Amino acid sequence: MQLTLEFGGGLELLCQSVKIHNVNVDLPKGAEKLTMKDLLSWVSTNLIKERPEMFMKGESVRPGVLVLVNDCDWELSGQLDTTLEEKDVVVFISTLHGG
Amino acid sequence: MEAGTKPKISGARLCCCCNQRRAALKRPKTLEQICRECFYEVFEEEIHQVIVENQLFKPGERIAIGASGGKDSTVLAYVLSELNRRHNYGLDLFLLSVDEGITGYRDDSLETVKRNELQYGLPLKIVSYKDLYGWTMDEIVKMIGLKNNCTFCGVFRRQALDRGAALLKVDKVATGHNADDIAETVLLNILRDWVDALQLLLVKMDLFLDANLLSIYSPNAYRGFAREFIKDLERLRPRAILDIIKSGENFRISASTKMPEQGTCERCGYISSQKWCKACVLLEGLNRGLPKLGIGRSRGLNSDVKKDVKQDSGTKSIESKQCGSLDF
Ligand SMILES: [Zn+2]
Ligand SMILES: [Zn+2]
Ligand SMILES: [Zn+2]
Repeated sequence: MQLTLEFGGGLELLCQSVKIHNVNVDLPKGAEKLTMKDLLSWVSTNLIKERPEMFMKGESVRPGVLVLVNDCDWELSGQLDTTLEEKDVVVFISTLHGG
Repeated sequence: MEAGTKPKISGARLCCCCNQRRAALKRPKTLEQICRECFYEVFEEEIHQVIVENQLFKPGERIAIGASGGKDSTVLAYVLSELNRRHNYGLDLFLLSVDEGITGYRDDSLETVKRNELQYGLPLKIVSYKDLYGWTMDEIVKMIGLKNNCTFCGVFRRQALDRGAALLKVDKVATGHNADDIAETVLLNILRDWVDALQLLLVKMDLFLDANLLSIYSPNAYRGFAREFIKDLERLRPRAILDIIKSGENFRISASTKMPEQGTCERCGYISSQKWCKACVLLEGLNRGLPKLGIGRSRGLNSDVKKDVKQDSGTKSIESKQCGSLDF
């Protein structure tokens, strides 16, 4: 599945200072849909090159990291249960670095 | 950001204000689901209300906006210039940036501030540590080595905006802070009071303690923890951050009623409870080639401790941020 992932607010430093990643994520075996939970684990294994604790805490993002799915706060779409579709845009912004 | 127009099925709820556009966020303050446009509108109008109710400005005033290039000061620059136009405050606004004189350090943020200058049509004034103190941070580090420069950057940074403002003859300085940072500062101040009290108690009990032992309780050591604690709380209860700030305000009001009169520095006129302010003591040392002057281990065993505690509570503010994070 083609997705655009964007990292900002300092999170890009965890993935080699690249802010926008056009990626292809496979559905987990046997699954029919890709959820944000799947995407987060994909991102941690494939994109985050250092200090993973700055991005994840437990199975979700670290408190203080904003997540937008198609420009919409993921709190409104079910957070980890949000299902993703082809060409979706997911933005991660850290609010923890500098004002 | 060019996002797809197609909303998530479960997220396709409409904005509770306009009932037309789809909601883009949930306001932690009210838990309302609101669209981007309406959010900007309520956000800006709430700030306007605060400005009017508290009579923060008078027409004709010259206001410096502390500009670090970070998100908080960028939002402030935008909102103030917009409200000034929209509601005819009649303010003479400009951006004020401080350049510490650390090679390469400010390059990115000064770029951002220059963009703000163009975008919001606000003139930019940059004051350097050289202008303010006669020394750049690089020169100070060269003089004293890296080891002690934290004393300098803490003290100098805390005063820089005020001194820059005085230099440029402004009536007021506006600085932008987000709720997370303020709530964190409130918590840190409470923790610091506890540590100060603990320290006093130990001194009274004649317990000799190595300064290092207590330094693990320094604000820098528990800062990371406080931030995480706050964001965890927010997850459980979205209003928690605003409630912490509110309790901090009540705290400050009750504390300020018995605060001693603040004097001013005999040398530079900056507020100080001592004859000379901390910056002037440090500068005197630098200029006389005795940079260790004024640094020393102030957590001594005698009455110094009491003095120190008092002085600390006077300078505690949102501005007292950790070393290395140079935003305000
Ligand atoms: Zn709306
Ligand atoms: Zn420092
Ligand atoms: Zn002074």
